[in-house]
Amino acid sequence: MLEISGLQKVFGRGTVNERVAIKDFSLSLQKGDFVTIIGGNGAGKSTLFNLIAGTYLPDGGKILLDGEDITFQREYLRAQHIGRLFQDPLKGTAPSMTLEENLALAYGRGTKRGFSIGIPKRDAEMFCEKLRALGLGLEDRMKTRMGLLSGGQRQAVTLLMATIVTPKLLLLDEHTAALDPSTAQKVLELTQRIVREHGITTMMITHNIGSSLELGNRTIMMDEGSLILDLKGEERANMTVPKLLEVFREKSRKELDNDRMLLS
Amino acid sequence: MMSLFAFQGAVELGLGYGLLAIGLYISYRIVNVADLTVDGSFTLGAAVSAVLTAAGHPVFGVLAAMVIGSLAGFATAFLQTKMKIQPILAGILTMTALYSVNLRIMGKPNVPLLGADTIFTMMASVVGDKFSKLLTCLLIVLIIMAAVVLFFRTQLGLSIRATGDNEDMVRSSSINSDMTKTIGLCMANAIVALSGAVIAQMQMFADSSMGIGMVVIGLASIIIGEVIFGHSSVLRSVIAVTLGSVIYRIIIAEVLELGMPQGDLKLISSVIVALAISYPVLISHLRMRTLRKGNDRKGEKSRA
Repeated sequence: MLEISGLQKVFGRGTVNERVAIKDFSLSLQKGDFVTIIGGNGAGKSTLFNLIAGTYLPDGGKILLDGEDITFQREYLRAQHIGRLFQDPLKGTAPSMTLEENLALAYGRGTKRGFSIGIPKRDAEMFCEKLRALGLGLEDRMKTRMGLLSGGQRQAVTLLMATIVTPKLLLLDEHTAALDPSTAQKVLELTQRIVREHGITTMMITHNIGSSLELGNRTIMMDEGSLILDLKGEERANMTVPKLLEVFREKSRKELDNDRMLLS
Repeated sequence: MMSLFAFQGAVELGLGYGLLAIGLYISYRIVNVADLTVDGSFTLGAAVSAVLTAAGHPVFGVLAAMVIGSLAGFATAFLQTKMKIQPILAGILTMTALYSVNLRIMGKPNVPLLGADTIFTMMASVVGDKFSKLLTCLLIVLIIMAAVVLFFRTQLGLSIRATGDNEDMVRSSSINSDMTKTIGLCMANAIVALSGAVIAQMQMFADSSMGIGMVVIGLASIIIGEVIFGHSSVLRSVIAVTLGSVIYRIIIAEVLELGMPQGDLKLISSVIVALAISYPVLISHLRMRTLRKGNDRKGEKSRA
């Protein structure tokens, strides 16, 4: 489904600040895989997502999505097949437009935006159903401006928007990190349910080592732009948080310096 | 108090410039770009309309003005999206270039239309002289309002609105944000040029400097309209900014009658816009000051 081979990205090439963000990175995902990605700050996790989504273009390597070479495809074009959520709940929605209008925009993903009615009645009914399924009571607030919803509600709606037209790939970049613990839990459960329902191939960056092992069927660890650990199957089933921290220390010869990772 | 005749004149002008306000509303509020092309595209519309009216084609003049106005918007959008020039500068570049283009179109600094047939004289031959200007302006404004409101309910319209609101989100919904911005600016400048075209035929002349300060006048109308009539939806906003333009013209007519020199108008307009935009900051600043002073006094008391 997703084939990444030999991916390279260097920032500030030829300057004193030159930094290799992604170094010869290769990864192959099967359809329906749910991969969690862990690694310290600056390990290149978000850069990897930016390369896959097309925010940045790589300096080398290849990205194939469902057999199609998207390495240098423009961002808005590949967005037809890639759904993405960010840590910041404000990033995924248009604040001064209504919930309904936001969903209508997302529902048009991959179609040509023409002069047909923005929100036909049957679409509105379908949005209402989908919102009801979130279980947040948002189905009664279709005409509410997005900016008036809480961070958790906005993130849940963004998740719905990213998956309302089933994408080939879903990228979740610490999408629950800015939420309070109980809301974060709720959004995570929603994520799991939606991903499972549609069998969406998913990559999720997380700082929570516990949930990196609980969620999904595969866990990869990144350090200095490279993949240093790839856990799946039985090996992953037998892995525990302390053991994983130990492995990281060995592999990268340094401590995980992130309190958030250790405490959570 | 002004006469009924002067009042009607102010309303007519207000509706004519109301189109300017609608155009600017699209670029400033919906696409979220302070588009300075407007000073140039207003004159561009007037120039095209005047030249064609002088040649005996008033209606075609108005339509051609819109088409050519949209090209001005396209130029600015191209500089902004493809050439990556800052939005304000892109507008200034097009506006400055348009000054030369307008002189070329007119062939001289101004085109008088004395005795020419205009859309207003055509209307007068049907409904009589007294209300011909008012009715013509009203008709054009209503058509444009309906078109704008309906357009922003379409899928493309929604996409353009979202571009002004959150460009990242638009791109990640597989919308080409360069394209939506370009369409928005084309539309905005087409309507601004229409405004110039209508005003030129109403005042029976076009002048190469008639566009100076149009951005500020348009903004003043938008702000007056939104404060008084609200801006909860596109429909409401479009009506509000047009009425804002009418109110602005009535105020101007009133202060002129009170004896203010015509030359001071632009100064007053700028002050109105600056105060209106900075109003929230001024209020919070004043409130903070009162709070701080109150605290100081309490502090002194407790020390004493």
